[in-house]
Amino acid sequence: MALKTAKMAEQLELFGCIQCGKCTGGCPVARKTDLNIRTLIYHMLVDSDMDVDLHEELWDCTACFTCVERCPKDVQPAELVIALRGELVESGRVPETVGTALMSIFRQGNPSSMARQDRELWAEGMEESLERAKEAAQQGCDLLYFVGCIPSYDQRVQPVARALMRVFEKVGLDVGALGTQESCCGNEVRRMGEVGLFEMLAEENAELFRGVGAERMVTTSPHCYNTFTKEYGLDDVEVMHYTQLLARLIEDGQLTLTGNLASEEGEKKRVTYHDPCFLGKQNKIFDEPRALLEAIPGVELVEMDRNRERSLCCEGGGGRMWVEGTNLEERLAFQRVEEAADTGAEILAVACPFCLLTLEDAVKVRGLDDQLQVMDIMELVDRALDEESEE
Amino acid sequence: MDRRATRRKPAALVIGAGIAGIQAALDIADAGFTVYLVEREPSIGGRMAQLDKTFPTLDCSSCILTPKMVDAGQHPNIELMTYSEVTSVQHQEDGFRVRVRQKPRYVDIDQCRGCGDCAEACRMKGRIVSDFDEGIANRSAIYVPFPQAVPLKYTIDPDACLYLTRGTCGRTFKCKDACPADAINFEQEAVMVDLDVSTIIVATGFDLIDAETKPEYGYGVYPEVMTGIEFERLSDASGPTKGEVLVNGKKPQDVVFIKCVGSRDPHTGVPYCSRVCCMYTAKHAHLVRDKAPDANITVFYMDVRAFGKGYEEFYDRVKHERVTYRRGEPSEVYRRGDKLVVLAEDTTLGQPVEVEADLVVLATAVVPRGDVGGVAELLGLERSPDGFFQEADAKLRPVDTNVEDVFVAGCCQSPKDIPDTVGQAKAAASSALCVLVRAREAMSSRARG
Repeated sequence: MALKTAKMAEQLELFGCIQCGKCTGGCPVARKTDLNIRTLIYHMLVDSDMDVDLHEELWDCTACFTCVERCPKDVQPAELVIALRGELVESGRVPETVGTALMSIFRQGNPSSMARQDRELWAEGMEESLERAKEAAQQGCDLLYFVGCIPSYDQRVQPVARALMRVFEKVGLDVGALGTQESCCGNEVRRMGEVGLFEMLAEENAELFRGVGAERMVTTSPHCYNTFTKEYGLDDVEVMHYTQLLARLIEDGQLTLTGNLASEEGEKKRVTYHDPCFLGKQNKIFDEPRALLEAIPGVELVEMDRNRERSLCCEGGGGRMWVEGTNLEERLAFQRVEEAADTGAEILAVACPFCLLTLEDAVKVRGLDDQLQVMDIMELVDRALDEESEE
Repeated sequence: MDRRATRRKPAALVIGAGIAGIQAALDIADAGFTVYLVEREPSIGGRMAQLDKTFPTLDCSSCILTPKMVDAGQHPNIELMTYSEVTSVQHQEDGFRVRVRQKPRYVDIDQCRGCGDCAEACRMKGRIVSDFDEGIANRSAIYVPFPQAVPLKYTIDPDACLYLTRGTCGRTFKCKDACPADAINFEQEAVMVDLDVSTIIVATGFDLIDAETKPEYGYGVYPEVMTGIEFERLSDASGPTKGEVLVNGKKPQDVVFIKCVGSRDPHTGVPYCSRVCCMYTAKHAHLVRDKAPDANITVFYMDVRAFGKGYEEFYDRVKHERVTYRRGEPSEVYRRGDKLVVLAEDTTLGQPVEVEADLVVLATAVVPRGDVGGVAELLGLERSPDGFFQEADAKLRPVDTNVEDVFVAGCCQSPKDIPDTVGQAKAAASSALCVLVRAREAMSSRARG
């Protein structure tokens, strides 16, 4: 499919590019696939047409936005990938798995081909809490909890949502939830290039949020957080990632973690933290997750060499959960778990459902199961929440 | 008739005594007018005093600067006011009334012989980070910033001295006991001096952007990552390491230079080119080659801007010294074993590359001094969108400002190299002299009645 480049080049302001290569230099997948965003920009500028079909590597981009963060000229290279994917989506030429995920989101409000009415499965064992939260959402509540698709449906991530709910109840927050009315936030939908579907989701979700009228919202996933804060125009709502909310609750003394994760001999648990791209690089939330970990008694936080702004992408974002990409052998998550293991940590903590899944998978593939465990920070908080009452 | 005015010869004030301020002061003084040269630091000399060699001729910076510093210090028409700050400027009918605050050095500069016995004896010796040496060396609480300081008089750092911060320094003052000239005086207080001047030259210089503004390069995380100005101190034969470039105690084998760190980067708020980095990086590469004949030297660049006299030739020369220029702005630095890895795309190859390094030098952007806003307010000066002082016209009035009889010179107006700075200083001196000559004529005609 030959794309006329001129209009898109102008819309995306690609003419400001000075071809310095900082985008491709920092691109985590450029080293292992044919994706070279700088040359793609150059082609957009010097060629009148582009055959987008020839660029299978467009599906390798994880939308980590390292290129956008580092571009000295504010060109936003990743937005070109998204726009070019959009061309492919428009003409229906997308990898089958991407098409399935998009169709599932359109029909069921989630990418996992699960039924909408099963969206409350995460609350298993705490159905009453969910009912109260749904009731609160109808009556009008202070805080709306947006669970997100993966935490709702994926059995590995569901405990994260339950743990959050337990914290809300323990602190006594006036929290609401949407239950089966909740739909995909659309963050990955936009990044896979399906602008029309994204706009539909954003409109419907925003309408739903307005109906609840909560002043504050909290998300499990940095991906939902990202699109709500940047792409929804929710001006009257304070949207928080859960690490922000909990760090604040701890700082204000409303939440105290009493359980101790140290061994019986008093040896602290070594935990390293992986900054998710959508929380760290893209939204500069670096300190709150660390503050949260350090508030857990018996935890010793150790850093990987590549941390904060230099964190390595796990390769699970931007739709990559539903498309393998052109280089399966060298998944970045493999490299990342090796880095985590090198710190001597027993636990690799994350604060993102995608990171949790990709890194846990990588730990298994690399045979590191017996030395490194991947956990969401929320699961660690949960242990420190319960431990004392159990004893 | 203003009797005071007739009594006096017209005078000029120069604020800032780096190479721009020194040169402007010397020219005005040589023309026969009084110049007050006010400098915030204990010594004149400014940034140029920190440099090792100068491009493109490779003259030793302090060797060419020191004579000018000495001239300024000894000139009968120049009154040096070091460790001093302008605190107010009032516009008057025929010039400016300027108040200068001379900070207490706690050392009587008429007595001090500059022997350094005090600094040897100081209890804080070797424990205070030397700003002049960009943190690569330490000093005492009583100090001269560098051996060629003018005036060569000691100063007690009020933020570091045990007595001045805590009210006690053991049973006895070590410095006072050591001083053979009885020059140390903790009773000293700030002195306010009022000056009447006809014209002012602002030459307050520049800062360098905090390299941590670009966290991707690991400055502040890795000791092997340093800034260009830190490299100058390391490389300087009269500096703290006697010019030996050692990183973690070893001579670096793989050295990578990264240009445009912060510069040409609206994302960082520095949209302009800093103008000196291309050439000083070429100079640094040459210096590394000089000290480490077998080192692998890589310069990553976006463009090479070698626009001055002899500059392109110097760049050519450096490349022939087996320095590899690779086009591409690196994106990240991280550690792999005992090496650092610089991640970049070599845009000429069109391939992402990883280059190992024992030393990474960042050419950080030239930015307006932190006090630029205060100085602008003091004098009523306008600033351009980049934050530097605004010249009256970029082409035809390059040293005039929006305030009549106030002129700018050097990097406080925009980033520039030493030749351009000296040229602008001489231009500012020429403009100031026009004001001074007019003032002298007005005085003598009033005197004639």
